[in-house]
Amino acid sequence: MEIPYIVEKRADTGLNNVKLGIWLFLASEVMLFGALFSSYVLLRLMAIDWPEGSAVLNVPMGTFNTVVLITSSVTMVMAYASLKMDNLSGFKKYMAATIGLSLLFMVVKGFEYSHEFDIGNFPATSTYLAIYFTMTGFHALHIIGGVIVNTYFLFPGSKMWVTNKQQFINRIEAAGLYWHFVDLVWIFLFPILYLT
Amino acid sequence: MIMRWQLAYPFQPIPIIGGLLGDARAPGGIMLPEFYNQLGAMHGTIMVFLGVVPLAVGGFGNFVLPLQIGAPDMAFPKLNMLSYWSFFLGGVVMFSSFFVPGGAANSGWTSYAPLSIFATTGQTLWLVGMIFLITSSLLGSVNFIVTTIQLRAPGMSFMRLPFFVWAQLVTAFLLLLAFPPLEAAGVLQLMDRVAGTSFFMPSGLVYADSPVDVSGGGTPLLWQHLFWFLAHPEVYVLILPAIGIVVEILANNTRKPIWGYRILVGSLIFLGFMSFVVWAHHMFLTGMGTTMSSFFQTTTMIISIPSVVVLSALFLTLYGASIRFTTPMLFALAFIPMFGIGGLTGLPLGLSAPDLHLHDTYYVIGHFHYVVAPGTLLALFGGIYYWFPKATGRKMNDLLGKIHFWGSFIAINVVFMPMFIQGLSGMNRRMADGGLEYSMNQDVLVWNTVISMAAWALGLFQIPFIFNFFWSIKKGERVGNNPWKATTLEWQAPSPPPHGNFLTPPQVYRGPYEYSVPGAQTDFVMQGEAGGPNNAEPAKV
Amino acid sequence: MSTDVQAHIKLYKKIGVALMVLTVVTVLASKIPVGVALGVVLALIIATVKGSLVVTYFMHLVEERKSICWMLLLTAFFFIVLIFIPILGYLDHTGKPMTLPNANAPVAEETTH
Repeated sequence: MEIPYIVEKRADTGLNNVKLGIWLFLASEVMLFGALFSSYVLLRLMAIDWPEGSAVLNVPMGTFNTVVLITSSVTMVMAYASLKMDNLSGFKKYMAATIGLSLLFMVVKGFEYSHEFDIGNFPATSTYLAIYFTMTGFHALHIIGGVIVNTYFLFPGSKMWVTNKQQFINRIEAAGLYWHFVDLVWIFLFPILYLT
Repeated sequence: MIMRWQLAYPFQPIPIIGGLLGDARAPGGIMLPEFYNQLGAMHGTIMVFLGVVPLAVGGFGNFVLPLQIGAPDMAFPKLNMLSYWSFFLGGVVMFSSFFVPGGAANSGWTSYAPLSIFATTGQTLWLVGMIFLITSSLLGSVNFIVTTIQLRAPGMSFMRLPFFVWAQLVTAFLLLLAFPPLEAAGVLQLMDRVAGTSFFMPSGLVYADSPVDVSGGGTPLLWQHLFWFLAHPEVYVLILPAIGIVVEILANNTRKPIWGYRILVGSLIFLGFMSFVVWAHHMFLTGMGTTMSSFFQTTTMIISIPSVVVLSALFLTLYGASIRFTTPMLFALAFIPMFGIGGLTGLPLGLSAPDLHLHDTYYVIGHFHYVVAPGTLLALFGGIYYWFPKATGRKMNDLLGKIHFWGSFIAINVVFMPMFIQGLSGMNRRMADGGLEYSMNQDVLVWNTVISMAAWALGLFQIPFIFNFFWSIKKGERVGNNPWKATTLEWQAPSPPPHGNFLTPPQVYRGPYEYSVPGAQTDFVMQGEAGGPNNAEPAKV
Repeated sequence: MSTDVQAHIKLYKKIGVALMVLTVVTVLASKIPVGVALGVVLALIIATVKGSLVVTYFMHLVEERKSICWMLLLTAFFFIVLIFIPILGYLDHTGKPMTLPNANAPVAEETTH
């Protein structure tokens, strides 16, 4: 017997397996970042002094990165929409853009981190920096994960477009959901770390 | 078992094994306190994360759940494989930590900062191992939930699910939502250890007479909050699959439906939900203030209600039953009073006033071991005897099973019951000398020897089980598909089930526990059998 | 179906623009001279608005099954529990760092934020 509902939706739940799976995974990721936000709140409440984000970090760079990531979210959803309109080349164009923007985000992050290290700001220097590096570090790891998955779908994975179109669309939808989540985390991280 | 030697006969050379441990751990065969602490921390970690959870959830869940819902497999086989290998890798890392300089983690399975920050390399390996194990559980829990929701056979509505499946479903949600904070906390602790951050290091800390060179500003309480946010739901993860197994065995061996199926399901869900808001009852002594203590004390008392409901339902199932005392049934019956004792002894711990006296004493050790060892472990044994015929097509030997049961049951009670006495007199936990140094313990020290003897006896009684298990795989009595005359779907599949589990796709016609149905030909009607009494048209699936 | 997707695409573009605008708003709002606590609340409100747009439209939650929504609400509830319950124990110690009572501990100034 084959495993059912990999592609088609089950009648009573209205879901296919991948969609339910990815939402559950994202729920667990919410709790993961929740722990980090909880640590931030507790550490800040107990601190004698806590720097203003803008005093330590580069707000224009952070804002630029926010714009980059939001754009990558738009291109990601456009990639999915292209597939739904049977447009493989559109998908490839938008997916490549998403990956490119993600890498740009990482490059800017790299500049930010190396600048901090240059002036002697390490995670060990203060709890503010510790939580900054850890939260953005976790986030960056998630971006790298997303880049790997998206690249896979852009190149070898896209063969599934020929063999099982609907399953491929479902997979891109799942990858999209993950990617939007990564963007969502940054939308909260940015003001908390950089602006307050 | 060597821990029990140290406690019964402190600072005497351990026979036989003592010479093998080496000078770093036991010079002259006498266990060093550092090694005792390693054994303590790793015993807890291994039992919980490498023992009970993989067996109860990974083992029983992965095998029984798809069969009971009529599915051909788990929803994501590759994810399952990834989950297994992550678990395997985590286990390798954990065990390897014994062999690094400084030995394994020795700050308790709870790894409280700042002690754990200063601990030896083994602690870093513990954290890395935990990250693998947590990832494994997370992936597994996604798989379980999707499988249960999506892959039920036609006619298998949610309220026709065997209770074991419900238990695994709620457990999976607990794992899914509660584990990630510990993963994050583990990374934070790794950063504190390796990158010199101060998430958990307060300002002004002095270690070995010199101020610690960190930025300070952190708090050990952050670790405790994050750890216990997981670890409390974790203990429900340890017990719920066991309750599920007991329900299956009880229904089967009482030849009647389980009492209060709907109430049980409701209690299960309520318990799962509440388990997320009780965690700081492990932290009553941290000085967090009366508001917090009152809040958590209240929620803890509330959570005892569904547990009592569940236990009562199990007990009421026995009323008017025709009990068959098969080996699995012995274990399932024993579970009821054992879980009762475990649960009831938890009540003084959940109230902050008595907890002031009992926190971190042997009373706590007695309490949680009662729920997990005489509780969950006995239930798991029962499950092994019960489903062994399904997995292998052969039954385990009954006589050996009964010897295993009686020996274990008696020994395990003698091991853990005296701990309550020791704890009530104030004997602290995690003491390498078994409490020798403290005057308040002198009267109860005698129990150390009693407990140790019983523990060794308990170990001896596992030998018939181990032998039985392996011998029966090859030489056990051959049985058909349904030797226990049970009703749930797994007994329709061949023993052992082939790839795809069932020969023909199952169809569900009725509830899971249609035993002794009035007017039926036999005293059980299988869930997947067409015709017969209580034959309801499949729901709109 | 194609027109359906086209309508969606128009929506995605509009949401994208809205998100950009809100980003600018976020940065500008941070310049308003209010205290830290109020600043954080304001930042979180704007972030929640942005986040809701992403979740509802990019992640299609608006057309998703109710059960997924409930599961997410449950998660959100636990998220809030994890963040806010531990604070309850520290409400009277804000601004006081956690120090251990030993002779060498520096005495912290009691400033509240």
